Amino acid sequence: MYRVRLWSARNSRWLVHVYDALEKTLIALYPLLSRMGHERLDRFLMLLEKPVKGLLFDSQSCGQCTLTSTGMSCPMNCPKTLRNGPCGGVRADGGCEVKPEMLCVWVSAWEGSRHMREGEQAIQIIQSPVDNRLRGSSSWLRAAKQRLSKNDAV
Amino acid sequence: MQFEDEPLAGENLPILPGHCSPGRFERVLRAGAFAVTAEIAPPDSADPHEVYERASVFDGYVDAINATDGSGAHCHMSSVGMCSLLTRRGYSMVMQVSCRDRNRIAIQGDVLGASAMGVSNVLCLSGDGVQSGDHPEAKPVFDLDCMTSLEMLRGMRDRSQFLSGRALTNPPRVFLGAAANPFAPPFDFRPARLAKKVAAGAQFVQTQYCFDIDMMKTYMQRVCDLGLPEKVFILPGVGPLASARSAQWIRKNVAGVHIPDAVIKRLEGAQDQAQEGVNVCIDMIHELRELEGISGVHIMAYRQEHRVPEIVEKTGVLDGRTPWHPGVEHRRLEAQSTENMQ
Repeated sequence: MYRVRLWSARNSRWLVHVYDALEKTLIALYPLLSRMGHERLDRFLMLLEKPVKGLLFDSQSCGQCTLTSTGMSCPMNCPKTLRNGPCGGVRADGGCEVKPEMLCVWVSAWEGSRHMREGEQAIQIIQSPVDNRLRGSSSWLRAAKQRLSKNDAV
Repeated sequence: MQFEDEPLAGENLPILPGHCSPGRFERVLRAGAFAVTAEIAPPDSADPHEVYERASVFDGYVDAINATDGSGAHCHMSSVGMCSLLTRRGYSMVMQVSCRDRNRIAIQGDVLGASAMGVSNVLCLSGDGVQSGDHPEAKPVFDLDCMTSLEMLRGMRDRSQFLSGRALTNPPRVFLGAAANPFAPPFDFRPARLAKKVAAGAQFVQTQYCFDIDMMKTYMQRVCDLGLPEKVFILPGVGPLASARSAQWIRKNVAGVHIPDAVIKRLEGAQDQAQEGVNVCIDMIHELRELEGISGVHIMAYRQEHRVPEIVEKTGVLDGRTPWHPGVEHRRLEAQSTENMQ
């Protein structure tokens, strides 16, 4: 929902903490959950992830979430799916070039980033091109697994 | 500008130490000259002579020519086709690559082909949305964005590999460029976005039309604070407006172009509005040249390409030098023999 999405970016400061807590919970539960097997667990988590992120961010379930680097504004709602910043076509009122009635997702992303601790650094991280094979899969699971393997490496 | 090791038309220059392309454009910028680039409008035609004619308008006035890639989402001859034809004649081309129409497989292939045809400069763009063009029903691709395409091409050049990691036997030696729009929101994010493009591999940047010097000053101040002019050559975009009416039309219909009321009033008050448009452009170049961190100008004179020589001459930005163009050797010989006869 468009209005909820704008609200989420405006409230990025505390939403990001909710997100962190969720990730920590998932990591803590991972040894137990992983008994389900990756595919079943992925499907199970998507039962939760899809509606929650769909409601809060109009998430398009790309499977490689960047919300914490984009001020909690989902870049996949950009008609050009730009994941690294706004295009040059943003209108004077902040409206999208393609859909003038919609606020540019990067205008919200920039606003959201400035509310977040280290948000302005995070938005400067160059996001890799989308891996189209991951569409529809759980990025919570992917993030938790990445964090776990990083912790293991340390 | 003529370099001592200038080869025959159609062949590239040797790559100097610290340079990454065999092109004249990188040479001019690194030599510290104030560079001039211009945009060529690709024809709606399959006739190469139309391309040559359009390019010859700029002979002796520009250091490189940008071939647009379906700009405004309108269908025209491709930038790779334009560049291939014109590099054969020795022109220094900037191939614009938009992410709107091609995915990562097509872009990498095109850049290899273009580099093989002598293209030394590639400008990575996200691209205008299809809604603004003559095929609004088309499927927009946007597999990459300008940032990831810059990184991908830098990887091809510096690591000699495709995005997939597969090795190239010979990398494309290209000078990488990006676009910037200091005149569109979110304004305070724009300098940081330029820094991000530099981090992704941009070595030169050409901006959207600048009609508002105060906005440009604010932007450049921040850009200089970030130390970007040491890492990237910045060429603000300029261009002549044909009339007050056309300025109003552009303001309303072309996304991302900001024209202040004062400019429109100045045009309205003039007897010859087209000439006044040229004067506005000339004044803008003078003002831009005074700014810190500017390395040249990019002239976009859509449907007014014939005005480019006048703009360049009246501003004196070339400081008396003549950029290489086809036939320049012939003209030099002629001039010499006239001198000898006298």
